[in-house]
Amino acid sequence: MWKSAWILAIAPLILTLAACSGESSQTTNTASDRTDTVKSRRQLICGVSGEIPGFSFVGTDGKYSGIDVDVCRAVAAAMFDDPNAIEFRNLNAKERFTAVQTGEVDILSRNTTWTLSRDTSVGLEFAPVVFYDGQAIMVRKTSNIKSLADLKDKAICVQTGTTSEQNLADQMRKRSITYKPVVFEDVNITFATYAEGRCDGVTADRSALVSRRTNLPKPEDNVILDEVISSEPLAPAVAKGNTNWNNIVKWVVYALVKAEELGITSQNVAQMANTNDPDIKRFLGTEGNLGEGLGLTNDFAARVIKHVGNYAEVYDRNLGPKTKFNLARGQNQLWSKGGLLYSPPFR
Amino acid sequence: MTNDKPPIWRDHRFWQITAQFIAVFLAAILVTILWSNLNRNLQQLGIQFGFDFLKQQASFDIGETPITYKATDTYTRALWVGLINSLRVAIAGIFFFTTIVGITSGIARLSDNWLVRNISLIYVEIFRNTPLLLQLLFWYFAVFLSFPKVENKVSLWGFISFSQNGIDLPWVHFSPEFSALLLGLIFYTGAFIAEIVRGGIQSVPKGQWEAARSLGLKPGLVMRLVVFPQALRVIIPPLTSQYLNLTKNSSLAIAIGYPDIYFVASTTFNQTGRAVEVMLLLMLTYLTFSLTISIIMNLLNRTVQITER
Repeated sequence: MWKSAWILAIAPLILTLAACSGESSQTTNTASDRTDTVKSRRQLICGVSGEIPGFSFVGTDGKYSGIDVDVCRAVAAAMFDDPNAIEFRNLNAKERFTAVQTGEVDILSRNTTWTLSRDTSVGLEFAPVVFYDGQAIMVRKTSNIKSLADLKDKAICVQTGTTSEQNLADQMRKRSITYKPVVFEDVNITFATYAEGRCDGVTADRSALVSRRTNLPKPEDNVILDEVISSEPLAPAVAKGNTNWNNIVKWVVYALVKAEELGITSQNVAQMANTNDPDIKRFLGTEGNLGEGLGLTNDFAARVIKHVGNYAEVYDRNLGPKTKFNLARGQNQLWSKGGLLYSPPFR
Repeated sequence: MTNDKPPIWRDHRFWQITAQFIAVFLAAILVTILWSNLNRNLQQLGIQFGFDFLKQQASFDIGETPITYKATDTYTRALWVGLINSLRVAIAGIFFFTTIVGITSGIARLSDNWLVRNISLIYVEIFRNTPLLLQLLFWYFAVFLSFPKVENKVSLWGFISFSQNGIDLPWVHFSPEFSALLLGLIFYTGAFIAEIVRGGIQSVPKGQWEAARSLGLKPGLVMRLVVFPQALRVIIPPLTSQYLNLTKNSSLAIAIGYPDIYFVASTTFNQTGRAVEVMLLLMLTYLTFSLTISIIMNLLNRTVQITER
């Protein structure tokens, strides 16, 4: 008898749950999209790697830093005028897409390569490229490996679920080089195994190799091969079907680029508001109503630059000459200086 | 006398049956809700539920391939490779080494020899009381990756050689990933089996020992002919659990880079974004593993039970 009573007791609970799930889905369908969720939470949930210095890493002071982190800070600054209204979630390569699909994170800013299949079948929507990268291979100096061909029948450490894993397979197939992949889920274990000597080489994006090399026991004993075997445009992503939310992330990233182009920095952003240049006035929101179109305030770009700086400031702070990585800007230079960064007009 | 029949809502049997119906009904509602919720969410993301992706090209390489496999093969083929890799570990682990290690150290726990008894005690306590993941990483990093580099590998008796590249016998090669996983599982599960065996042996009444000895049997024979066969009745049911654990724990291979089914499935789901489909496949696979082991062990269990005459 008690059995049936128990079932009857939980019935209302289940029905309530059912009602809840129906309700919440309605909200997401009718009201605009994720923008509202983030606004009402008054906090951004940002998925990062947390394992790659220069991109996203927790420092000894317990604070996150890196280019990927600054993208999140820029979005939070645009929305709340507060670059710290963020909760960071560390995601590994395997978890990241599910986290976006299920709405666990609002934005995935985690050195993720923009690919066609991720754009179509994984349910992601990418914002503009934040860092143009390419995949490379790191080997030990003593190994006498000078090119991909020298890696014949050698073991190569790689992280699973990355484009690196597939690019490596492609390249080796193209050149008919047999090799032995040793594949791990955890980036720390991938590099630890390489450091132990199990693998003759380790492959990842060039910037990630430069960054992780600084963590190896003897960084100077390792050399990154010149051959770049793929192009890896790293971009933040949001879940598909959130047009407005994607627009916000998109234009915040463009704002970083545009500010550099217009010569606006975190130092001079206040003075710049007084200029006569209509382009700058529109950008900073002292004229026109561009921000409203995004559901933000008109000075959203000014907030971004005030708190985070322009692209050059972000880059220099995280990867530039003053950091231990000292990575040349290369492709990540403004189009006017021979790079690939270009922002559509703020108009 | 017909008035004696209680009203239907006070009938015990009525409620028993109705409760079943309600339970099934509620379960059906729950599944429907979850299913439609899933579909709606997938639709919102522009993803369609289905297993077509299995025919696509996998385009990733696998380190250990017991059957031929290249990156141009399909995801199905890749998953087969993973499945066979899992079975290799599970079968080698279960049917050979774990049982031997477990029974040996279980009996050793009851040995009259102080040294043997205590070595076994230390082994069992250390391996039972530390997490398996930690043990796997220990075997991998502290044992197998501490072997000499490939260039200066160590050869023993001319036919077995050790290096960071694994263990080589003339006819077979064991990678460090496979070896670490296998040893990790064997010694971890073996420690639990040792305790089960010890408990089983101790459950045999003392009179049986005494009776066997009074017949003039030597201690070894007492164990083999009289005590152990009776202990098996107690040992086999919990032993089944340990075999199931070993099989399921083999999925920790992912931590040390051994490409088992869980590992390959992870890569597949990550590349295709098909989390739900891949998880369903994985659940089905492990369920099949578990049920097969259960059936075999139940048959075995039946053979050792006392047959009443």
